Amino acid sequence: MTKPWSRFAAPASFYPLAGRLIPVFWVLAAAFILIALYWGFFQTPDQLGGSNAQKDYYRIIFIHVGTAWMSMWLYAMLVAWAAVGLVFKTRLSFMMANAIAPTGAIFTFLALWTGAIWGRPSWGTYWDWDPRLTSELILFFLYIGYIALHSAIDDSRRADRAAALLAIVGLVMVPVIFWSINCPDPNQCAALHQRSGLGKVDGNILFAMLTMTLGLWMYSFATTLMRVRGIILTREAETAWVQDLVRAQARGS
Amino acid sequence: MFTVFWSVLHRDLLLAMRRRTDVLTTLFFFVIVVSLFPLGVGTERAVLRVLGPGVVWVAALLASMLALERLFAADYEDGTLEQLLLTDQPLVLLTLAKVTAHWLLTGLPLVLIAPLVGMQYHLTDSSVAVMMLSLLLGTPVLSLIGAIGAALTLGLRGGGILLALLILPLYIPVLVYGAGAVTVGAVALGEAQPYLTLLAAFLAAALALAPFAAAAALRISIE
Repeated sequence: MTKPWSRFAAPASFYPLAGRLIPVFWVLAAAFILIALYWGFFQTPDQLGGSNAQKDYYRIIFIHVGTAWMSMWLYAMLVAWAAVGLVFKTRLSFMMANAIAPTGAIFTFLALWTGAIWGRPSWGTYWDWDPRLTSELILFFLYIGYIALHSAIDDSRRADRAAALLAIVGLVMVPVIFWSINCPDPNQCAALHQRSGLGKVDGNILFAMLTMTLGLWMYSFATTLMRVRGIILTREAETAWVQDLVRAQARGS
Repeated sequence: MFTVFWSVLHRDLLLAMRRRTDVLTTLFFFVIVVSLFPLGVGTERAVLRVLGPGVVWVAALLASMLALERLFAADYEDGTLEQLLLTDQPLVLLTLAKVTAHWLLTGLPLVLIAPLVGMQYHLTDSSVAVMMLSLLLGTPVLSLIGAIGAALTLGLRGGGILLALLILPLYIPVLVYGAGAVTVGAVALGEAQPYLTLLAAFLAAALALAPFAAAAALRISIE
């Protein structure tokens, strides 16, 4: 049973494929991020808003929104790979989940950090117990929990499956947690945070924001694939193909 | 099928009664943590009334989490757990029995001691009643969710601190509505009802889902 898609589920055949894809994703990431930075700095208005204007510092939005979106998307991807691994018992899926986690955690941290920097001039405070901020903090804890559990277990098979189960439990709990933070009073779920639809955003800002998000997404692909290659080599160090590869590289250099 | 449930429950309770200090340690941990806060933040009545519900709930979270380590650990070390896994009885039921025993030994005492703690924080009688009710609904949820974490971290080095990292974020909804019920109930008693209903909903959901996740985690941890 070798369907074309299942061929690359074998680490030995995925390793070279990932190697060929990494440069592509780096180039795409660099291109998107550079375009987004240019557009964000030079093609967008100098200030926003009416009486309490957001001056030039609002430009951090291009990084802030992108990292926040990616942090959530990557957690969904992590859980998806973990679930695939648990269902189909494919080693590579766990490795992918494992490789996504650090990038996701970094994006979560960056979203919090840029948010704090942005919050200082516009809200007058680095931190506020706003639902979205708190949710992002909880997401950060979930990433840390996943990484910590995985690294605490020496047996990689058990580590993969235990961390995968934790990630899935986390995803089931995420809506409940987010909702409980968003709506601490069940009688009146007031929207505490200012809601904004994508359609209301200025076209140039939206373009820079979406391009930056695409760039960060490509960056996530690149780093995840690089990390997964490292994980494959470590896990498969005893197999013949890895040793052949090492020997071939030694001869080549 | 239910004989299995009862026999595991009975066995765990019996074992705990033979070593009562384990049960009392959790209880006293809870009392001590709650007693420390007035020493730290001052003993002004108005402040304590505001802090009370939150402090009691955070202390309950910590106490229930610390006790979790013992949920499977002893059975894991002497091999009983492995035997339980090998029986042809449904593992979900065995897990549920163990969690129930654990709650009776560590959760229920917290509910019963709540009036004493309420006195320390000058809570009114009706607030204490709401607090007991919220703890009665909330602590089983803590035990159920915690069982998943306890099963995942079974036999790991530094398991206790890891368990805190994994489980405490998942406890947030119970904390929000548990403490919320008491805070709101202090102003108008009737207002606490939606909070308690939500806690009951959490309990129902946790009862239905958590034993399966914990059983799966046990299977992963013991192979």
